[in-house]
Amino acid sequence: MQPVIDYLPLLLQGLATTLKLAVSTVIVGLILGLLLALAKLSPRAWLSRPAFWVTNFLRGIPEFLVLLVIYFGGTQVLGQVFGDKAPNVSPFLAGLIALGVIFGAYASETFRAAFQSVPRGQIEAGRAYGFSAWQCFRYIQMPQIWRVAIPGLGNLWQGSVKDTALVSVVGLDDVMRKAQQAAQTTREPFTFYLVASLMFLIITLISMWLIAKAEKRASRGVAGAR
Amino acid sequence: MTTSGSPSGQLALEVTGIRKTFGEQEVLKGISLKAHEHDVVAILGSSGSGKSTFLRCINLLETPTAGEVRVKGELIKMGTRHGAPAPADPKQVDRIRSKLAMVFQQFNLWQHMTILENVTAAQIHVLGRGKAEAAEKAEAMLAKVGVADKRGHYPSQLSGGQQQRVAIARALAMDPEVMLFDEPTSALDPELVNEVLRVMRGLAEEGRTMLVVTHEIGFAREAANKVMFLHKGVVEDEGEPRALLANPNSERFRQFLSGSLK
Repeated sequence: MQPVIDYLPLLLQGLATTLKLAVSTVIVGLILGLLLALAKLSPRAWLSRPAFWVTNFLRGIPEFLVLLVIYFGGTQVLGQVFGDKAPNVSPFLAGLIALGVIFGAYASETFRAAFQSVPRGQIEAGRAYGFSAWQCFRYIQMPQIWRVAIPGLGNLWQGSVKDTALVSVVGLDDVMRKAQQAAQTTREPFTFYLVASLMFLIITLISMWLIAKAEKRASRGVAGAR
Repeated sequence: MTTSGSPSGQLALEVTGIRKTFGEQEVLKGISLKAHEHDVVAILGSSGSGKSTFLRCINLLETPTAGEVRVKGELIKMGTRHGAPAPADPKQVDRIRSKLAMVFQQFNLWQHMTILENVTAAQIHVLGRGKAEAAEKAEAMLAKVGVADKRGHYPSQLSGGQQQRVAIARALAMDPEVMLFDEPTSALDPELVNEVLRVMRGLAEEGRTMLVVTHEIGFAREAANKVMFLHKGVVEDEGEPRALLANPNSERFRQFLSGSLK
């Protein structure tokens, strides 16, 4: 037990980094996913088609590969463009971009289905009462997409939390990496990987509970909702 | 011709030569209508006659291929977009729509809003009324249609008839110039039809200007002061309800009536 207590501050630092990355990923991913979903639903082919290409591409390759391309590839490209003055790609930024675009790609499909689930008549009623297209989106569509979207987004969030562990490979000081370091120094890999697992489990369990609450709130007014 | 029973008020709505084409098919072939204040116009016709499309062209839920709509003398300006007819000024359309409150066959209440919120939303966001003022108006209108006790419920918790009465309250709260009813009782169970018709009769009696697409011949006879019969996209017959329904000019209208009176 003593080694765990000794390393706890370090592990908690890692946990903070993990959480920071996961939360930033979701923010970037939600915005990106919403924009991509709207692009996909657009009647303009020049907007919808590239959105489908991009998301199908991102969903079709391993997440780890996206991370490597952005971290190492990004460093290489910036180096070639800016030479010696090239800015560094930090592990955190690379992880944020990689996990964010992947979250966005998957979330765009969730949002697309959610938008399509809002009955046309609801929007028509909005238009008939003088709501502008933006007001229909803001007051009628947006509040109703969450009921359908939240379960899917919740799964994506759980995935993102766990995928942050991948970013330790390119040097992010997250829970995973801290646990690894402690395991190596103390030669107690079982203990420290177990502690890391528990930390992930706590995050995911708490978020499951929060997601269930959010789902309930988003389902207000729907027959048969809990 | 002065239509009997119509205290000939000002012209509330003037629709001229509305045409609508879907692909190759012309569903409306030049339909015109004048409604004065306090007029109740019943629009009859078999399914596919274009009566709902006509109503939806008036508030531009469908864009007419040709024709003019004037609300209280104001012409809805039309232009073209990508070669197709389109409103020239979307803001004008939004403003005019708020004066033409529509009641839909499927109610189309906003499912995520409470009954009270359904009736206040457009008042607040479109008419710019304050929350308290909108709520007060909504309460009054919900009481008028007899569903005030449901203000905190969600639409899915109400029967079809109650939902449609809420939809009517939502329309009334806008202080509309003209109310458009698109088959308001067609989606209701037979025993719920009357509670909605009763509310509509009340509105007709208090002098609301109404256009009602309906299958309810009884309502047309008793509450309307003008009947219009559409067939295959043209006005096949029109006139004063009691006289016309007793003795239609058009053979098709006669057939339609004998079919629906069975």
